[in-house]
Amino acid sequence: MEKPVKLACRSVWKLYGPNAADFPDVKNVMTQKSHSERHLELTGEQIRAAGLIGAVRAANVEIREGEIFVIMGLSGSGKSTLVRCLSRLIEPTAGEVLFEGRDLLSMPERELIEVRRRKMGMVFQQFALLPHLTVLQNVAFPLEVQGAAKAEREARAREVIELVGLKGRESYFPRELSGGQQQRVGIARSLAVEPDLWFLDEPFSALDPLIRREMQDEFLRLQSMLHKTIVFITHDFDEAIRLADRIAIMQDGEIIQTATPEELVLNPATDYVAEFTRHIPRAKILTARSVMTPSVMTPSMMAGGPAPEIHAGDVQADDRIEAIAERIEAADSPFRVLEEGEVIGSIDRQAVIDVLVGRDPVRRDPVRRDPVGREGAG
Amino acid sequence: MSLASPDSSPAGPNPARVNLTRFNPMGAPLWLGLFVVTWIFSSYGREFSRAIDARWLMKYPSGWRLPLKRDISDAMKWLVEDATFGLFTFKEFTRGIAWLIELPYDFVRSAVIDGFTVGVGSDAAQIAPALSWIAIIAVVVAIGRVAKDWRLAALVGGCFLYLAVFGQWDSAMVTLASVLISVPIGVAGGLLLGIGAYRWPLFDKILRPILDLMQTVPVFAYLVPILFLFGFGPVAALVATIIYAMPPMVRVTTLALRGVPTEIREFGAMVGCTRWQMMWKVLVPSAAPGLMVGVNQVIMLSLNMVIIASMIGAGGLGFEVLSSLRRLDIGAGLEAGIAIVVMAIALDRLSQAFAVRPTPSHEEQVAHDEADLLQKAGLIKRHPWSTTVVAVALVTGLVGLLLPAAQSYPASLTLTTGPFWADLVEFINVNFFDQFEAAKTFMLTYLLLPVKRFLLGIPWPWGIAIVTLAGWKFGGWRLALLAGGLALFIAANGLWDKAMITLYLCGVSVLIASLIGIPLGVLAAENERANRIVSAVIDTLQTLPSFVYLIPVVMLFRVGDFSAMIAVVLYALAPAVRYAAHGIRNIEPQLIEAGIVSGCTRWQLLRKIKLPLALPEILLGLNQTIMLALSMLVITALVGTRDLGQEVYIALTKADSGRGIIAGLSVAAIAIILDRILAASARNARARLGLAE
Repeated sequence: MEKPVKLACRSVWKLYGPNAADFPDVKNVMTQKSHSERHLELTGEQIRAAGLIGAVRAANVEIREGEIFVIMGLSGSGKSTLVRCLSRLIEPTAGEVLFEGRDLLSMPERELIEVRRRKMGMVFQQFALLPHLTVLQNVAFPLEVQGAAKAEREARAREVIELVGLKGRESYFPRELSGGQQQRVGIARSLAVEPDLWFLDEPFSALDPLIRREMQDEFLRLQSMLHKTIVFITHDFDEAIRLADRIAIMQDGEIIQTATPEELVLNPATDYVAEFTRHIPRAKILTARSVMTPSVMTPSMMAGGPAPEIHAGDVQADDRIEAIAERIEAADSPFRVLEEGEVIGSIDRQAVIDVLVGRDPVRRDPVRRDPVGREGAG
Repeated sequence: MSLASPDSSPAGPNPARVNLTRFNPMGAPLWLGLFVVTWIFSSYGREFSRAIDARWLMKYPSGWRLPLKRDISDAMKWLVEDATFGLFTFKEFTRGIAWLIELPYDFVRSAVIDGFTVGVGSDAAQIAPALSWIAIIAVVVAIGRVAKDWRLAALVGGCFLYLAVFGQWDSAMVTLASVLISVPIGVAGGLLLGIGAYRWPLFDKILRPILDLMQTVPVFAYLVPILFLFGFGPVAALVATIIYAMPPMVRVTTLALRGVPTEIREFGAMVGCTRWQMMWKVLVPSAAPGLMVGVNQVIMLSLNMVIIASMIGAGGLGFEVLSSLRRLDIGAGLEAGIAIVVMAIALDRLSQAFAVRPTPSHEEQVAHDEADLLQKAGLIKRHPWSTTVVAVALVTGLVGLLLPAAQSYPASLTLTTGPFWADLVEFINVNFFDQFEAAKTFMLTYLLLPVKRFLLGIPWPWGIAIVTLAGWKFGGWRLALLAGGLALFIAANGLWDKAMITLYLCGVSVLIASLIGIPLGVLAAENERANRIVSAVIDTLQTLPSFVYLIPVVMLFRVGDFSAMIAVVLYALAPAVRYAAHGIRNIEPQLIEAGIVSGCTRWQLLRKIKLPLALPEILLGLNQTIMLALSMLVITALVGTRDLGQEVYIALTKADSGRGIIAGLSVAAIAIILDRILAASARNARARLGLAE
């Protein structure tokens, strides 16, 4: 069952340049068409011809409760601008942003401040720690802004500092910490108010690769405890694949595909997306379901007879190939793929090897695939 | 603006105009031709104008003069005598301000020098003595220790001890009291205005030209209307000081706030800061290191101005210098001058130490927190420095009741170097009189006087034409209009000749300052040891209040244009050196490597690669040198120049606000013309070299 939508944006545009707000075509596009038709009525050429820069163009996003939604794009693709439109750090030129069903863009300042104080948290690429405050004071800062009493906010700050593993460093100043530790402070600070919606703007990009990896694990650990709704920005496709429930890929201000990592690998919408997925180790992403040969109900099975093939074992439909590859490769005969106890297909050694060597995944249709599978098995 | 083509220069999209700024073959002959024509005009203009009976060519006819002087004087008079804001009159308003400033000033003055009294006149009874000299030294030592380390503490302690031992204590404390009052007001005012400019772009737009003008109008020019409004005395001096010292703080504040990383600002928004919280809890603390640079500037400028403002009653060290200059008492003047230098160094080092002071480490923080926990148990432990200082103050205060030496430094123990300096200067003047005189005469005959004659000979309409042409060539028609208009303003107020004398003194001084400064800068950039020595000298020169430069110069060369020129050169040298060194150091190493690989000799490297690439920076340095030279020139009116500075000085002595303001604005006009033309040419040079803005 799908979770409710936490944050959504519809046809959000952000144009930069002189008189961007008066650019007539944006208004036309916005007012005349319904949401689905609006998509990219305005081409890049038109925007450039008007002397403007389209940082975000017709972005549509729906982020569901409890999911990690990654916005991925190279530098200049508009991902940072988009996340700032979503949090209204930047006023979009056109479009609407709905947070828990309320229009964020028409919200008066007082209410917006209240929403940000209670419901949102954000982690920044360069950490954005206040240099004159200690770790404890930095983490307690959002609570201080809300007017919490000193003892109360410091108690809460100590809790989150312990959560991110910085216990004992409460009285350090940011300049005395390493980059990774500073970002832990940033994370602790954004969690101090127990936000529902957590923005992370390239939180690990300024860190060394080894530390980055460690921080990603740490992040997943935290999320498994906290179950926040997360908007995560990155330019690193590996990171996106590793963390995301769903990924939106941006190019030149446009979202060109929004999908699960697996769908991206299997059905890239454009060559651009395919280019990213090409070098990704597929075994880590693809599940048994997407490479299996679906079962065909044979007449004998319908009659209640046994399945025609011998099988070496069972795997679950959601198992990653990486996790099951060794078992399948070692066996002579295919494995059954189960979902909720039902057999929904089979997977054999050849299919796994195709994934591992990165051969283009052929969508196997059962009729053609069967004899091939048997050849492989034989 | 990183494109190499000059057509993309920031000045505008007009390629025809920008093309003119290239090094085109026509450029040099054009300027040479203009110079020859000007020279002919200058040499024969007088005869020519007489021949055709058009005297107006040489002398701006008095019938065409604008009556601005009189108008301004009348307006000031009206302000003081009749103007009213409805509820209260303008006079009451200025009195209110005076009262507001006088209150804390009197308090501080009582604290550091006069002692606290009740009653007035002969009924006055002292209720508490001022802080003893020992206590004040203890305070500055403690501040030095807190700001940095014992070395700094020893330095500032030594500086103040010097003031006591050499008998300058009382005047120094008067000066200190003025600085202590004007600095907080200047800092707070500058901070608020800067925040305003940061927040409201419209306010910024209005404020910016005012700040520009305030920095180009010579300091004397403020003194005149302030003297008129507030009368002779410390309050007028404080008002002038605050006005003079505030603009850099405004600029620094706006810059520092703009320099706060975007992410910090976004963080503030995301945690739901109100505007107030955003400013005072996020932006201002984050910008604190930058703001401290502004505080340092306010302190140094305040000291500079407090010295100058002794002319309108600030008293203190500046007054000592001024009166000894007037008496030609060389020893006393020099002694007070050295006291100013000592004080400037102490204040500068202290405030700089605060500016670069790092945030405490966690150990200190822990210690502080623990001390906080001790609460009442350890007042001394929590505030070791404050308690020590208070103890010293109390003890010396009490002892001082019995033993006067603890209260004020005993006069019998003061040393005076006055006679020594007087003897030394006399010795120099007696033994080297011929050499000095020869040098002076040589410079006067072969450089100063010819230039003066040349500039004074130029008919004013032709002068205006040349200025306009230069404006057009470097910056297009707008700059041409501005430059021509300002030049006409000077002529129309009948100040053309005086402006030419200012220009001549300024030009010669800047030329000499550049001839000394730019090679020094190049040397400093090339050689590390030279750099250390040059930087030390330049740093010290820059801390000194402008007044101080007059003292040795007058002693050795007496009054006149030559003395003025030397003082101006010394004062204006620093930027020429700094910018040249900076320009050469900032050249991309790859370009130099490319030169080396091509087999350039060191000389070729310097001449063909480094100097051309450093040109924009050198031009900027020249610009700064000119600005400093102009501001100093006005002060050299004290040593008898006959330029616009003298005009301001006369206005000051006569409290003639119209005359002072017009003369001040004329100096500002010269400064603005030169500044804009040079800035435009530096910009063109940058564009030609393809350097970023």
